[in-house]
Amino acid sequence: MNETLKNTGLFAIVGVLILITGFSQSWNSALLIVNMGLISAIMALGVNLQWGFAGLFNVGVMGFVALGGLAAVLVSTAPVGEAWQAGGVGILTALVMGAATITATVLVYSKMPAGRLRTVVILALLIGGFFLYRSIFDPSVAAVEAINPAQAGNIGGLNLPILVAWPVGGLLAAGAAWVIGKTALGLRSDYLAIATLGIAEIIIAILKNEDWLARGVKNVIGLPRPVPYEVDLQNDPGFVESATNLGIDPVTASSLYVKLGYSLLFTAVLVILLVMVQMALKSPWGRMMRAIRDNEVAAEAMGKDVTARHLQVFILGSAICGLAGAMMTTLDGQLTPGTYQPLRFTFLVWVMVIVGGSGNNFGAVLGGFLIWFLWVQVEPIGLFLMETITAGMADGSWLKEHLLDSAAHMRLLTMGLILLLVLRFSPRGLIPEK
Amino acid sequence: MDFLNAFVALSNFVLIPAIAYGSQLALGALGVTLIYGILRFSNFAHGDTMAFGAMVTILITWWMQSVGISLGPLPTALLALPFGILGCMALLLFTDRVVYKFYRVQKAKPVILVIVSMGVMFIMNGLVRFVIGPDDQRFADGERFIISARTFREMTGLSEGLAFRTSQGITIVTAVVVVAALFWFLNKTRTGKSMRAYSDNEDLALLSGINPERVVMYTWMLVAGLATIAGVLYGLDKSFKPFTYFQLLLPIFAAAIVGGLGNPVGAIAGGFVIAFSEVMITYAWKKVAGYLIPAWEPEGLVQLLSTDYKFAVSFVILLIVLLFKPTGLFKGKAV
Repeated sequence: MNETLKNTGLFAIVGVLILITGFSQSWNSALLIVNMGLISAIMALGVNLQWGFAGLFNVGVMGFVALGGLAAVLVSTAPVGEAWQAGGVGILTALVMGAATITATVLVYSKMPAGRLRTVVILALLIGGFFLYRSIFDPSVAAVEAINPAQAGNIGGLNLPILVAWPVGGLLAAGAAWVIGKTALGLRSDYLAIATLGIAEIIIAILKNEDWLARGVKNVIGLPRPVPYEVDLQNDPGFVESATNLGIDPVTASSLYVKLGYSLLFTAVLVILLVMVQMALKSPWGRMMRAIRDNEVAAEAMGKDVTARHLQVFILGSAICGLAGAMMTTLDGQLTPGTYQPLRFTFLVWVMVIVGGSGNNFGAVLGGFLIWFLWVQVEPIGLFLMETITAGMADGSWLKEHLLDSAAHMRLLTMGLILLLVLRFSPRGLIPEK
Repeated sequence: MDFLNAFVALSNFVLIPAIAYGSQLALGALGVTLIYGILRFSNFAHGDTMAFGAMVTILITWWMQSVGISLGPLPTALLALPFGILGCMALLLFTDRVVYKFYRVQKAKPVILVIVSMGVMFIMNGLVRFVIGPDDQRFADGERFIISARTFREMTGLSEGLAFRTSQGITIVTAVVVVAALFWFLNKTRTGKSMRAYSDNEDLALLSGINPERVVMYTWMLVAGLATIAGVLYGLDKSFKPFTYFQLLLPIFAAAIVGGLGNPVGAIAGGFVIAFSEVMITYAWKKVAGYLIPAWEPEGLVQLLSTDYKFAVSFVILLIVLLFKPTGLFKGKAV
């Protein structure tokens, strides 16, 4: 069987699975799977760039995705004018001060000769800078958070169209990736893993606790949309008429219309990214990346700057994850920091890349769709399984109840099992690297 | 008197909790470091191994409580602990046989093993949630305090109370016993020596007739013991919740790396470095400062960072060590 045929077949199977969902459950849930599948595919592309191209082990995907979500809030919501007057400027000043302190410390460290004097200067700078920062930062934050805490309590955003947030999300993630890459790249691969794991937890902690930024765990809801609202469509006589002509009731039609709108937007982004990474893979740059991945020592001997290239690809991959994060928050219409779970956002994306085929962009896309489909459908399947198993047991027995309650946790078990099986029996994934 | 009060407040809120937490981290980091030294990969499933061992212990504790077995003033969990360790050993040896062995024989790259351990983490995490659920579980019983704040105040006449909880006392005593036993095992017994030899130089160890499978088996058994003890102590001291154990991965790895991966002494030192920095940086110093400098009345809590950012502390320490001394405070294996 030729390769193109096999790969098309694999994509067709996933398509059929989604179609089955559409026919047997509802077109709404099928489209939901498609939309999140598209986003998952983009995240998987980002991780594949890092792992498949360059062999970098990033377990902080969740953090970059969350930064994308933060960008969606900071770009699209309306600014809270009073908050800016009360303390917005103070917060900005404090942040700039903090950055200046760190820059000054780095400068002192690199420019001054090593010795006791340098240590003293650095300590003085850091301690003084920290207290100065806190003395400006704390009152401003208190002032901002005091303003209308039930609905705002944050500084708001820039009131720009939410589509602008997508590239901004990528930029934010790229910035975080630069900081991590600078410190942890060039050391053992495990160190990068631990460092990314840490930065992801910290980003989530910041999102949860800095209420002035994006309301923390109070969540930001009702973000603007790039597509029309269902209610408006239902009130539009033209839309209702065309829906009735098609034989769908207007309520269902409006929600399908909105979801299809998102699907089109996401598909456009995915196609653009896919073309770009395919071109990158085939370019001299892509060949160099893979050469570095396969033999760092040889590549270094050929004059390639391994650490710089790693930093570059690490930033690019993280930026793609940030972009996907902004898209996901747009789709949800809300930012809920409490829902970011490493198992769901970091490790699931890894399963996608490994199952799809690391090093192959189409593999990553396939993995994104397939694993997302399974992630959504394993729960009903697990529940069904448990109901079958427990069918013979007496109603109300504790074992039956426990088994039925636990069906929800089948997801993690299944994902781990899939990952281990693929790694063991088909380590190159469904669509292997050429 | 004020000085004594300050010291008591400091012990109560910083020293004792940090020593207890540090012992728990050190036990966890010892497991990570042993796996790194002998099997040569960072085990991402370690947090969930701790959760699994603790879960088995909790289930047996509940059973013991229901049939009325107890240790009097001590928590019943101590009686159930050996069974928890056995359960955890069985699981780890089983995982090694069906999962890790294949890659060991293949001599797979360490990073592949890390990804494999990620899969194991998923399964263990799912298993724990499947059996005991994702919620908080309470299993501590017996006497709550060795010294309660009130008794201490009555005893000494100081205005500041010092509470020393049973779980903290048990943690410290157990950690000392376990670490002493571990070092005795590694330094004095034949098996321990062969483990160290294998960790230092695999080829030389093989040449001198050490059976690698035996070394690996003992490593997993030791790791199961350490992980279960660490998990149960943490559960007794704080509470048992599967997700918290997953989150412990970060401070544990930070401790192991700060001390020097693959170096047991380093793991212990790293555990205490991380625990003390975490507790001291997130502690509100207002009370202590109030005793020491009565004239100064700070507005805030004199807290450097809110407790929500405790992970940031281990992370920053980790970054500093990675930047300036990548092999850790004590010489580890990693470069």
